[in-house]
Amino acid sequence: MFDFSIVTKWFHSLLTGVMPEWAAIGIECFIVLLFIILLYAILAIALIYGERKICAFFQCRIGPNRVGKWGLLQVFADVFKMLTKEIIKMRQSDRFLHDMAPYFMLLASFLTFACIPWNKGLAILDFNIGVFFFIAVSGIGIVGILLAGWSSRSKYPMIGAMRSGAQLVSYELSIGMTMLTVILLNGTMQFSEIVQQQADFGWNIIRGHVPAIIAFIIYLIAGNAECNRGPFDLPEAESELTAGYHTEYSGMHFGFFYLAEYLNLFICGAMAATIFLGGWAPIYFPGWEGFNHVMSLIPGFIWFFAKAFFVVFLLMWIRWTFPRLRIDQLLSLEWKYLMPISMLNILLMALVVCFGLTL
Amino acid sequence: MNFTLLVTVVLTALFFVAIVVVLANLLAPRSYNSKKEEPYECGIPARGNQWGHYHLGYYLFALLFLMFDVETMFLFPWAVVAKGLGPQGLFAVAFFLFILILGLAYAWRKGALKWH
Repeated sequence: MFDFSIVTKWFHSLLTGVMPEWAAIGIECFIVLLFIILLYAILAIALIYGERKICAFFQCRIGPNRVGKWGLLQVFADVFKMLTKEIIKMRQSDRFLHDMAPYFMLLASFLTFACIPWNKGLAILDFNIGVFFFIAVSGIGIVGILLAGWSSRSKYPMIGAMRSGAQLVSYELSIGMTMLTVILLNGTMQFSEIVQQQADFGWNIIRGHVPAIIAFIIYLIAGNAECNRGPFDLPEAESELTAGYHTEYSGMHFGFFYLAEYLNLFICGAMAATIFLGGWAPIYFPGWEGFNHVMSLIPGFIWFFAKAFFVVFLLMWIRWTFPRLRIDQLLSLEWKYLMPISMLNILLMALVVCFGLTL
Repeated sequence: MNFTLLVTVVLTALFFVAIVVVLANLLAPRSYNSKKEEPYECGIPARGNQWGHYHLGYYLFALLFLMFDVETMFLFPWAVVAKGLGPQGLFAVAFFLFILILGLAYAWRKGALKWH
């Protein structure tokens, strides 16, 4: 596999050759900044367009097809519409907290986004406690949602935020536990190391066989709930709560929540791809020399995006197939089914790892 | 380098939101209407306390979450070294997990997981 860190090291040595160290690091940080914002915007546009088209096909419609060829410019039009709409200042709301909530949402989204290993040697934040960091920063988003609901000082956002708080914290437990099963298997918390091991020894979902597959299914359910989507979209249930916790947000302020929601969907898919489906590691079949050689010629980031979008498609499929749950059903699904199952799954995985039963 | 990048990402997020909000404020038209600033309530004038009452159950689940989240946090260091510790470490953690499950069973039995 092509190691991208060769490029970054070459670029660093090139910059330090002509300028002092601090200036080089400053320029590199600026490039990282541009990279994050560009990728974030491109992915958001791709995901919103994809969701609208896929949703349309599931419902036997055509979807957006007027603005540009196949409706490709629809999302751009929506973004400009949102930008040119007034951000209404609510009279009764807690103005400071109301304006602060989008910052929290985007902060959580950007920080989790930065954890994703795109390619070998191409990850922005690669801590040795990566998984732990990921779970920790994803918790900031809950603060944003609760703040949004509370500071609006209106009934629908309040109920939406409360539902969302209960839902997100509950399903975060399952996310943590499924990631724990993967850490057990790989013996490291660093994302790049987890993917490297999968490139060497086979994807986690195959290597960990039964417990890994159970963990993957639980991760998909819990991830869908963490994104406030699909059958778990109670916090913003349109028919009950208007728009849930962001009812009182208008213009671009609402746009941030919308953006964060779609990017969280991608982050969820990307994490599933990273920890279960091998990240940038290509498919290998032992014995098929020619096939393996052709597969290793495809760049890592293409593998990564293919897997991530496959999981995203699964999540969209789930969203447009199942009806919404009730709040008590939602919480009992987590606490009475997913939690005990994932706890026992940790034990099962520990048994598999300790007695060397991995494939 | 990792922490420099962490600060960069945090600043990126904050600047992104701040700049887009400023841009939106510059581009957007303004109009004044006293009804516009009212909280939304299906078109009728808002009634009663806007913060209202909400179900106590949400607190209960938040408390349960706190308990389990802190306890699962202790499992992370073990998970990293589980392969090296072997069966002995496994039994120790199995006991810990058993207590965790006992806690969940207790909450379940007490009806904390039921939505009244």
